[in-house]
Amino acid sequence: MKLIYILTPLAPLFGAIAAGFFGKQLGRTNSHRVTIAGVAVAFLFSLIALFKNLGSDGAVFNETIYTWMISGDIKFEVGFLVDRLTVVMMTVVTSVSLMVHIYTIGYMHDDPGYQRFFSYISLFTFAMLMLVMANNFMQLFFGWEAVGLVSYLLIGFWYKKPTAIFANLKAFLVNRVGDFGFLLGIAAVVMYTGTLNYTEAFEAAPALQGETMELFPGAGWSVLTVMCICLFIGAMGKSAQIPLHVWLPDSMEGPTPISALIHAATMVTAGIFMVSRMSPLFEMSETALSFVLVIGALTALLMGLIGIVQNDIKRVVAYSTLSQLGYMTVALGASAYSAAIFHLMTHAFFKALLFLAAGSVIIGMHHEQDIRKMGGLKKYMPVTYWTSLIGSLALIGFPGFSGYFSKDAIIEAVHASQIPGAGFAYLCVLLGVFITAFYSFRMFFLVFHGEERMDTHTKEHLHESPGVVTVPLILLAIPSVILGAFTIGGMLFGDYFGDAIVVAPEHNVLAEVGSHYHGPLAFVLHGFKTPALYLALSGTLAAWFIYLHRPDIADWFATKFGFLHRLLENKYGFDDFNQKVFAGGSLNLADKLWNIGDVKLIDGAMVNGSANKIGLLSSFVRTVQSGFLYHYAFAMIIGLLAMLFVLSFTN
Amino acid sequence: MPLLSIIIWLTILGGILVLFVGDQKCRPVALAISIAAFLFSLPLYFGFDTSTAQMQFTENVAWLPSFDINYALGVDGIAMPLILLTTFINIIVVVSAWEVIEDKPAMYLASFLIMTGFMVGVFAATDAILFYIFFEATLIPMFLIIGIWGGPRRVYATIKFFLYTFLGSVFMLVALIYLYSNADTFAISAFHDLPIEANAQTLIFLAFFIAFAVKIPMWPVHTWLPDAHVEAPTAGSAVLAAIMLKMGGYGFLRFSLPIVPDASQQLSWLMILLSLIAVVYIGFVALAQSDMKKLIAYSSISHMGFVTLGMFIVFGVLDDGQSSSHAIMGIEGAMVQMISHGFISAAMFLCVGVVYDRMHSRMISDYGGVVNTMPVFAAFMVFFAMSNAGLPGTSGFVGEFMVILASFKANFWFAFLAATTLILGAAYTLWMVKRVIFGEVANEKVAALTDINQREKFMLGVLAAMVLFFGLWPQPLVDVMHASIANLVQHVTVSKL
Repeated sequence: MKLIYILTPLAPLFGAIAAGFFGKQLGRTNSHRVTIAGVAVAFLFSLIALFKNLGSDGAVFNETIYTWMISGDIKFEVGFLVDRLTVVMMTVVTSVSLMVHIYTIGYMHDDPGYQRFFSYISLFTFAMLMLVMANNFMQLFFGWEAVGLVSYLLIGFWYKKPTAIFANLKAFLVNRVGDFGFLLGIAAVVMYTGTLNYTEAFEAAPALQGETMELFPGAGWSVLTVMCICLFIGAMGKSAQIPLHVWLPDSMEGPTPISALIHAATMVTAGIFMVSRMSPLFEMSETALSFVLVIGALTALLMGLIGIVQNDIKRVVAYSTLSQLGYMTVALGASAYSAAIFHLMTHAFFKALLFLAAGSVIIGMHHEQDIRKMGGLKKYMPVTYWTSLIGSLALIGFPGFSGYFSKDAIIEAVHASQIPGAGFAYLCVLLGVFITAFYSFRMFFLVFHGEERMDTHTKEHLHESPGVVTVPLILLAIPSVILGAFTIGGMLFGDYFGDAIVVAPEHNVLAEVGSHYHGPLAFVLHGFKTPALYLALSGTLAAWFIYLHRPDIADWFATKFGFLHRLLENKYGFDDFNQKVFAGGSLNLADKLWNIGDVKLIDGAMVNGSANKIGLLSSFVRTVQSGFLYHYAFAMIIGLLAMLFVLSFTN
Repeated sequence: MPLLSIIIWLTILGGILVLFVGDQKCRPVALAISIAAFLFSLPLYFGFDTSTAQMQFTENVAWLPSFDINYALGVDGIAMPLILLTTFINIIVVVSAWEVIEDKPAMYLASFLIMTGFMVGVFAATDAILFYIFFEATLIPMFLIIGIWGGPRRVYATIKFFLYTFLGSVFMLVALIYLYSNADTFAISAFHDLPIEANAQTLIFLAFFIAFAVKIPMWPVHTWLPDAHVEAPTAGSAVLAAIMLKMGGYGFLRFSLPIVPDASQQLSWLMILLSLIAVVYIGFVALAQSDMKKLIAYSSISHMGFVTLGMFIVFGVLDDGQSSSHAIMGIEGAMVQMISHGFISAAMFLCVGVVYDRMHSRMISDYGGVVNTMPVFAAFMVFFAMSNAGLPGTSGFVGEFMVILASFKANFWFAFLAATTLILGAAYTLWMVKRVIFGEVANEKVAALTDINQREKFMLGVLAAMVLFFGLWPQPLVDVMHASIANLVQHVTVSKL
């Protein structure tokens, strides 16, 4: 098994290297063949790991592959921890990645950077697998930053586009702000537990309860709270939680396949995965959990609202991703880690589906992304239409679809939670259900139904996308429908995760929800007694009524509540604020420090000032220019050399 | 076999030989000598006994017996990696000059070879006077390199460089003579064991501080470095950043910490403060640069902040009376940072050199969209930029990671400020990459660029391989220094008062 685990990430790495360094020699077809083969191998091995794990009562593989470094008494290792949490992530990552690889053949067909693109997405798969399979904090951080690097490269894939290279720099820097917190969290773990290894750190952590550190004189902070909040700041960057969410909508400047793979299904869920992995730590700090809960709730609600006013098809899906990540984070805060991972898994499939379907629409529309210029695409693109419908239904939580189970479980869990902020979070996630349904079907109706608003040229060329595009759509649609019903019992209410996730008894909301659980069908029926279902339905109906029958209502709303509308269109001003205060402020400060500090004070007043005063500089200049200093210097060298040489070799 | 002497004299005499060979045939001769010197330095690594902190490969010849000055050489785990770095970078430097330098190439290559000999001498000397002579002697070839092959403001830059570093080391000489007067020998190891009273320790610390703080350089005595870098030819910048700065860091480890541990402890707050200023303040200053070389120079200063931080948090980490594990990690982190920065800064300066040779401009605004015409070069540039920003998997990450981990133990806010480099380092490096590499082709000159040739591919490729190797497996590097650094930490915990 060890060999299989090692080969799982290495297979895509091999593909990435082959396509990246020898892309020209291999040609386009061979490049996609070798990378797809690599990812397929990884997918196959992930399945083997999954079934082996299911069959053996969650036998955990936890071994060091090699020792990276030993410094002080601390061991830095590279190793794998494969437990039930890991195998879920491995399977999700490799299966979505495989679909995206196949889809890319069609989507990037005419792109001159074809091989480079395949190399990047395979490299991403490698990095993501290293992240989820790590058994220690250092390797986690490696994977963490490596996926960030690939995300940077892919957002800026079309490097000539000014918006793309702005977006990728922004994405990297905002992520680095998160990583800054993450690194401090890791440093806290190492300092207080003396190890980077998960298992050892988790074993040492309970002893830290009650221990405090003084961040500010006189105020003692719980060590575990500081540790967990620092780690969570990392998750806020990668999983795009308010206020570090700003990079994700801009990341849509990258090609659509990576929006699906990296910026919806996998990389952005790394933070969710990480917090679940750290559940033994987070469980010991209620403050940290509350913080997580509130941040998640705000993200779920506020980002969903922005989704309503977006007109770029990819950005609508992007804001929906942000909102859904908020749901997962809320679940983490409510200690319903399994529900977070469950939603992560179902979301990965239906959101990848929605993105790839959006990509299919974009291909059909000749790279037009404005939904106001679409409409009536149903009859031109039937496969895309039906798969989009499935994705949207899964997203809004239509009973029976995958998303229904996972989202409803989160809502129920928050409802049951007792930790501070849970009431507020419950309100946010409930409202979020209506909003999700509204923006999802607003987009759906504007794109596929109603009047055909595109120009005649585009209309003449409208047709369904090729097989390499539609087949992945269909393959992703299947789990979007059925995955939830099949896995909810084991994952949420069974003992699927075993020791991989730790929940303190007083936080165990899922057990409470689970006490009413009597199979998936009953869960669906139970939904009819909860507000969430009716909120989703009314959201859909509202979208149907407004956007297909009375578009004037939307306009009326926009003018009547102009302030609100502008607030949403400006995305609450986060971008402007960051641009002015952080970007502008930093540059301003940088300029001041340099011009006043270095140039005027240090060089101007101290160095050159004193040198000029004593006339040293001018006399030196004269000496140098007359050439004497060179002679002097050479004489010095020769003298020194002779002296040393004679000495060292005479005796 | 006196390996250390062979390396030192092979390069120095080889340099003189190159002068005599003449401009026509100097290049292969210089290359052969640099490769030979590197090969001779390899046994230092492979024959190194990692279990001891004692000096190895020692040589000792009486020089001026009346003052007990000896021609004494030897290496421990701190010096040895720096010597290998020096001889390695020397090869890259010779390759980088191949067809680029047309004006007096023999003299140019000779200067570099001789300088390499001196720098190896600095790291190998175990006698204080010998160290001092080598330390000063390195100034001369660098002075010539900037003064003869430098840019338009080279006179200002060389004088600033010379005055700064020369003034700094005069104080060191005074300190060394004072130490001699008490120890009756110039053997550095004798200084380590010499009891010194408090006030004298403080004065000696300050004297060393001036010499090494200028060299490494620390804020606020850093302004000579950007000027020197900007005016120096490419290879000069590479050696300056890769090796010469490390002489300052090496000095702190070899002299300041072990000779005056009590004063080091007392003044460690100052060192930490200046280090953190280097990381944060200089990080911002780098952001404001419009000249690529200046930007990289400031980036170097900021990275050197980690070196001094890692060294001087030792006392804060030991304060709580627990194990010395984090103290060792801090200093090892500083060492790893020095070695790694040797590869990365050299590579960054060579990258600038590559485009400078084609465009004759260092200004960021003259570039844009270089990736369109130089895709292979762009890949290298992005790789080294990421290493400079401390991406895990590259050597740039290792040292910073270790120092941040160690400084968290000393104080949360030290780690907090040090970790800002994650953001600042990425900001100034990648913003430069965005403006230079990405985007539409900015002008006709960029449109006419040709991608890097085999020679340039070789030199950047070798450096990239090293950066990647130590990023993926730093153990071979840390392993050799472990015994020496553990011994050093042990030594500084014992008061000399």
